[in-house]
Amino acid sequence: MALTLEDLQEIAKIEQDREAGFQFHINVCMAAGCLSCQSAVVKDALEKEVSRRGWETWCNVKGVGCLGLCAAGPLLAVEPSGIHYRGATVSDVSEILDSLGGTPLKDLDCSGESAFFQRQQKIVLENSGKIDPERIEDYIAAGGYQGLYQALREMSPAEVVEQVTASHLRGRGGAGFPTGLKWTAVSKAAGGRKYVICNADEGDPGAFMDRSVLESDPHRVIEGMVIAGWAIGASHGYVYIRAEYPLAVKRVRTAIAQAERLGLLGNNIFNTRFNFHIEVRLGAGAFVCGEETALIASIEGRLGRPRPRPPYPAEFGLWGYPTLINNVETLANIPPIIRKGGDWFAGIGTEKSSGTKVFALAGRVKNTGLIEIPMGTRLRDIIFDIGGGIPGGRGFKAVQTGGPSGGCIPEQHLDMQVDYESLAELGCIMGSGGMIVMDDTSCMVDVAKFFMEFCMSESCGKCVPCRVGTTQIHNLLCRITNGTGTLEDIDELLELCDLLKMTSLCGLGQTAPNPVISTLRSFRNEYLAHIQDKTCPAGACAISSAREAV
Amino acid sequence: MEAQATVLTASSGITEDRRWRMVSRTMRLHGYEPAALIETLHTVQEHFGFLDPDALREVARELRVPLSRVYGVATFYHHFTLKPPGDHTCVVCKGTACYIAGASEILKTIEEQAGIIPGETTDDGRMSLLTARCLGSCGLAPAVVLDGEVCGRMNSAAVLQRIGEWTNHGSDT
Repeated sequence: MALTLEDLQEIAKIEQDREAGFQFHINVCMAAGCLSCQSAVVKDALEKEVSRRGWETWCNVKGVGCLGLCAAGPLLAVEPSGIHYRGATVSDVSEILDSLGGTPLKDLDCSGESAFFQRQQKIVLENSGKIDPERIEDYIAAGGYQGLYQALREMSPAEVVEQVTASHLRGRGGAGFPTGLKWTAVSKAAGGRKYVICNADEGDPGAFMDRSVLESDPHRVIEGMVIAGWAIGASHGYVYIRAEYPLAVKRVRTAIAQAERLGLLGNNIFNTRFNFHIEVRLGAGAFVCGEETALIASIEGRLGRPRPRPPYPAEFGLWGYPTLINNVETLANIPPIIRKGGDWFAGIGTEKSSGTKVFALAGRVKNTGLIEIPMGTRLRDIIFDIGGGIPGGRGFKAVQTGGPSGGCIPEQHLDMQVDYESLAELGCIMGSGGMIVMDDTSCMVDVAKFFMEFCMSESCGKCVPCRVGTTQIHNLLCRITNGTGTLEDIDELLELCDLLKMTSLCGLGQTAPNPVISTLRSFRNEYLAHIQDKTCPAGACAISSAREAV
Repeated sequence: MEAQATVLTASSGITEDRRWRMVSRTMRLHGYEPAALIETLHTVQEHFGFLDPDALREVARELRVPLSRVYGVATFYHHFTLKPPGDHTCVVCKGTACYIAGASEILKTIEEQAGIIPGETTDDGRMSLLTARCLGSCGLAPAVVLDGEVCGRMNSAAVLQRIGEWTNHGSDT
């Protein structure tokens, strides 16, 4: 009953032959961003028109995952010509079909954003925008589950861990902990029962990488989890995913059911003695549940509050058993590492930060969307080449990485390379990959206040420094932004920030001061302008109106 | 004994509710494990629209979890609401990208127009106003969810128009 390699290859062959039978492929983005621009309606219209013309045999309309350029939704890609169409509507459908094989429609063609599409290097997103995320056959045809076969049938668990270690892959959730080390720790932990958890509780405001990966290529994450299970000796896994991402939840559930049907999940996978099952658990809107011990508490059905570490989940995790927790993007990197070897992966990116990183580029930038670039790419290239620069001819002010735990990078550091170390030097973090560009209409004090308000309301309240400290910092920032702050407030801010950093229980509190510290460092003059001149240089704060009222 | 009886009578009504069958199913699928609490609450909210107090009591009883813990979990997580929603819901995304693109301006306008703050429902029960941490639709900032439909690149005027349609519809009928 179990699937063999021949079966897998057979599925891939049938699917590839089916695809090869078509002369043209029209891939319509069906990820959440484009769906809210009516891409489903456009896809229906395309399908109807194709069947009305009787072109079904040679023109294939397919729903695919994220094509990346969310700013231009709904996006269409026409293969093999490699044309991307932006903002297509139902009325464009027949023109698009008429133009197949001829000259592309000028009005809709956005292949001109060539830097956006060409400067990227895709590993995690290699299938994104190419395969139908709701069909396992499509993933298998793209080489899917071959890594799993290799791991299970040709490698011992120790060899799998060895490859992951050799890849120098680091956790993509934000902290950058070496994945190989984590896997080694859990695989060496004593005890028969172990768990794998995929952390898809992407709570950072401004980040949508994990959502896009799960919506575009859910099988890749599942394959990564099963390989992880084999490597550490677990037979059960959980995907902890935000309830706010209904489409991603649906696609993951579909993917699990499909994998179970084919025997890629379940008992005796690929005729080995290895069993692995995956369950989905929904988050319920608590940012702190991204912290691993809080996440575990939430899966156990309790309040999502962190606990002191050690013991780390590698020794004492879910239900008290050794548990491996990896982020979505980390797990999505595993199948290609197994297929192509750890050394191949280590060769990409920089020496200390290998591989690629997916970023969600948003804010005041022309090409907002999802990008994947090798580690070590310059910030300037990301924002001005791939991102297409700032719209409306305004000036660049700062870029914010790492969400509420990260910091703002000012213009003078635009030429730095994006990797874990360089960002840490500036008091920022890689974070999960949100990258928000700001222009001169953004007030940096207000930005700091925005993030502090977030941390304040997301603090779980367990430890005093975080619960009280975030509120106090927020109060001080409110005073400064409404024009009643004093110079002493800045000293007090710095002292409180230091206190939070040193004494908070978990990462939320420890990193909550980062936006304040980094804006104070790079944009101190804006704080001073609010305090001394009672003006907001960006015109964002309501100081002037407050003063008039007085 | 008397307390026990009150609990039972209070919950007997809810178990006959058609929507309760889905909640029962979720608990059964998880073997009535106390750990299934959050999953069960998701099902309650999905089918009732909010966490009905009677339903909470019944969930506590069936999963053998203290009611205090059920209440604790229900109030800890932002996703859960103990108040019934209005006929229409408007969710303003307050993620970073939306904030940069002016979400706070939109929110302020709605608050002024509807006279409610996030988390509240208008007196006539027509509309609930909510905020979201981040919808992940940052490419479409600022985003507003109107009755479950994600609307990208919104502005105050466009949102007000949609909200106006809801309330006007009310006065027509």
